[in-house]
Amino acid sequence: MSKDVAKERSMIIQKEMITQLFKELSAAKETGKKVVYTFVPGNISELILSFGMLPVYPEINALQSGMRKKSGDYIRDAEQHGHSEDVCTYVKCDVGMMLNGNIGPTGEKIPSPDLLLLSYTGCFTFLKWFETLERLYPGVPVALLHTPYQEAGKVTPQMTAYMVKQLKEEVIPKMEKVSGNKYDEEKLKSILRNSSKVEDYIVKIFDTTKHRPSPIDAYFAGVYYIGPINSGFRGTPEAVDYYAELYKEILTRIEKKLGPITPEGEMEEERFRLVVEGPPNWTHFREFWKLFYDMGAVIVASSYTKVGGVYDMGFRVNPDKPLESLAEYCMNCYTNLNLPQRVELLSKCITDYHADGFLVNSIKSCNSFSAGQLMIMQQLERKLEIPIGFIESDLVDPRYFSYSNIKNRLESFFQMLEQRKMIFTRQ
Amino acid sequence: MNTLNGIVTQCEKLAFDLSFKRARAWKSQEKDRILIGHMPVYFPREIIHAANGLAVGILGGGDKKLIIKGDAYYQSYICHIPRSIVELALDKHFADFDGFIFPSICDVIRNLSGMFQLLGEGKFVKYLDFPQNFVSNIGGEFYRYELQTVLDEVYKLNGVEVTPQRLNHSIGLFNINRNLIKQLYDIRQEFPWRLSAADVYHIVRAGYVIPVEEHNEILTQVIGLIGVETGSPMDKIRVLVIGAFCEQPPVGLIRTIELAGCYIVEDDFLLGARWIQGDIETNTADPLKSITGAYLEKSTFSSSVYDVGNPKEARLLKLIQQRKVDGVIFAAPSFCDPALLDHPILQKECNDKNIRFISFLFSENTGQFKVIKEQVGTFSDSIKLWDEPLANDKL
Repeated sequence: MSKDVAKERSMIIQKEMITQLFKELSAAKETGKKVVYTFVPGNISELILSFGMLPVYPEINALQSGMRKKSGDYIRDAEQHGHSEDVCTYVKCDVGMMLNGNIGPTGEKIPSPDLLLLSYTGCFTFLKWFETLERLYPGVPVALLHTPYQEAGKVTPQMTAYMVKQLKEEVIPKMEKVSGNKYDEEKLKSILRNSSKVEDYIVKIFDTTKHRPSPIDAYFAGVYYIGPINSGFRGTPEAVDYYAELYKEILTRIEKKLGPITPEGEMEEERFRLVVEGPPNWTHFREFWKLFYDMGAVIVASSYTKVGGVYDMGFRVNPDKPLESLAEYCMNCYTNLNLPQRVELLSKCITDYHADGFLVNSIKSCNSFSAGQLMIMQQLERKLEIPIGFIESDLVDPRYFSYSNIKNRLESFFQMLEQRKMIFTRQ
Repeated sequence: MNTLNGIVTQCEKLAFDLSFKRARAWKSQEKDRILIGHMPVYFPREIIHAANGLAVGILGGGDKKLIIKGDAYYQSYICHIPRSIVELALDKHFADFDGFIFPSICDVIRNLSGMFQLLGEGKFVKYLDFPQNFVSNIGGEFYRYELQTVLDEVYKLNGVEVTPQRLNHSIGLFNINRNLIKQLYDIRQEFPWRLSAADVYHIVRAGYVIPVEEHNEILTQVIGLIGVETGSPMDKIRVLVIGAFCEQPPVGLIRTIELAGCYIVEDDFLLGARWIQGDIETNTADPLKSITGAYLEKSTFSSSVYDVGNPKEARLLKLIQQRKVDGVIFAAPSFCDPALLDHPILQKECNDKNIRFISFLFSENTGQFKVIKEQVGTFSDSIKLWDEPLANDKL
């Protein structure tokens, strides 16, 4: 596998943005900027930014540790401190990273939090994670934002009212106290205007996979595309510029009828179009991706890129109703959708993007995704008569990535898709 | 009068009757009666009772149900209880149930509610999103809305209006029930040899599948019978077992712990029956408010509830003190995120306070207890032989 990675301008912009954020974080104690730890799904970064504070996302740190091959040691350290082998590896990786000095992906120390913002959206383990963090950082205030689950497949006015009340009476007062700044609704509205633009771009970008060949990979490259909006840049002008540039690049690719960019350059031939459910494995990300692009498989839609927000069903933040909008954004994240909604959404992706197959990457330590996936598979198979593939790995625990096992299963899956294509061609 | 053995045998049959015969017979006696299945940990059964319904505990198939189809719905790294519940559903054990409640415990149970929706089980399926905000006008209001949603669904089924009088009456019956269970646990704390932990388990679990009025009668009889001395104390340590609040331990495991030299004087096996600590108001024009208030202010602690401002390790210590416990057994189901993520926090506190503990995993259908028996036996011996009794003032 080549060590040189092909890069487009948007990738370089993104790298610069992230580097700048981590620089700001490492200097936070000197500059006096307050630091807020929070989560990606339901990340109300606009509110954090409106108070002039900096967000840190423990899951992002964990996945970065996974990509930098550090998570295995971190997880082992956490297990030595009493954490079970059975539980979420993001939590253990984060605990292990903290035990080892809290060094971030750029090699700089991530500052301790001034506020723990537990925006609990679509993942129960977030609650447990922050109970652990609360004890690792004693005395740091916790602001809890409970996002009601879309159990009946809808957001009701009462659910929104509950969240707005929490924002007004629990979250905002704590942010005011920690930051020393008063809540400024006009500022929040102006930040949300940028978020709305970014959300439009994201929908357009992921919708380009309707083209043949698809100009992007909506899973492996998709996780980079959702990077800025999910790592502290929601509502920033930098995010608007980044997505505008990215969209422009993709339009050029469409014009030139080019396939997606992979770490080894352009994918030459698009043989299979897939929709993927579940997060990727981070510890062997490039090897994992290579298994697909070597076979000419491109991912035309994925549920994971919707984990920080689902925009393709019409939702946009409304700057005129800032708190209601933040609430509804949180409730619309993918893992906050009930199972029938997930089936519906995946079904729409398969149909709209003309997928040849549906693949589940089942993650050992992420029950929020994994529990129910087998039933989702059954439902889609019955409804759409589409070939289904199933592989298993983990987020950041390298012990659960079995290359040969995954390769074997994928090869069988691709053979099945190939045979099906041949039959359809004959017919 | 029934003998203690007779009552326990009857309760054991009821507790593990996966056909829910008593509940179905009760339903068949009146046209507008309904059965609402609910999972652990806690559900305010009072509101179903007031609507002429019976809230029936769905606690999994335990070691009484062979899982074949259920395994096809879950990956190997997901706990056992949802697969046995799916198996029960697919085998039509819940055929006479009208609705299902899935209280918020974890992501697996949350998604199980969606699976029931996709399977078309019952006339309604509700994931009951318990508030993690404990402020009355925020979390309290939302919780009230959640309960009202359940009541609206039930009303659609049988048209029974839940008046304040009806609900107050139901609250009163469940207050009695909790008081009786508390008395049962209190007697066991003082005289654990009078009734085994497995017997207590059967008696409390029977209350999940029969009308509360009948359960109150059973509890009253049991308390009368064990109020007088029976049996004699044995040289065992007193333990608290924690971690099994959702997926239930096999009864063989409970027996094994007691056979290996322990008296289980506190546990969280059927925590929902004891969730509210104390009485809920019964003489009010707004009983739903009383129920929500009780949840916010009188709940016990559990891994399913965020504990900001009310740390669970402090509450565990208080319980250890109250029950005069010699050691703690952390027994959690395999792959149970909430329980297992709590363990490092709780175990650190035990270490800091010099409280002895052991830890092991189980699943509801675990059938081999030899290793656990040896582990618990060694734990018991080490405390009996080498430890000084825990001084309460050091906790």
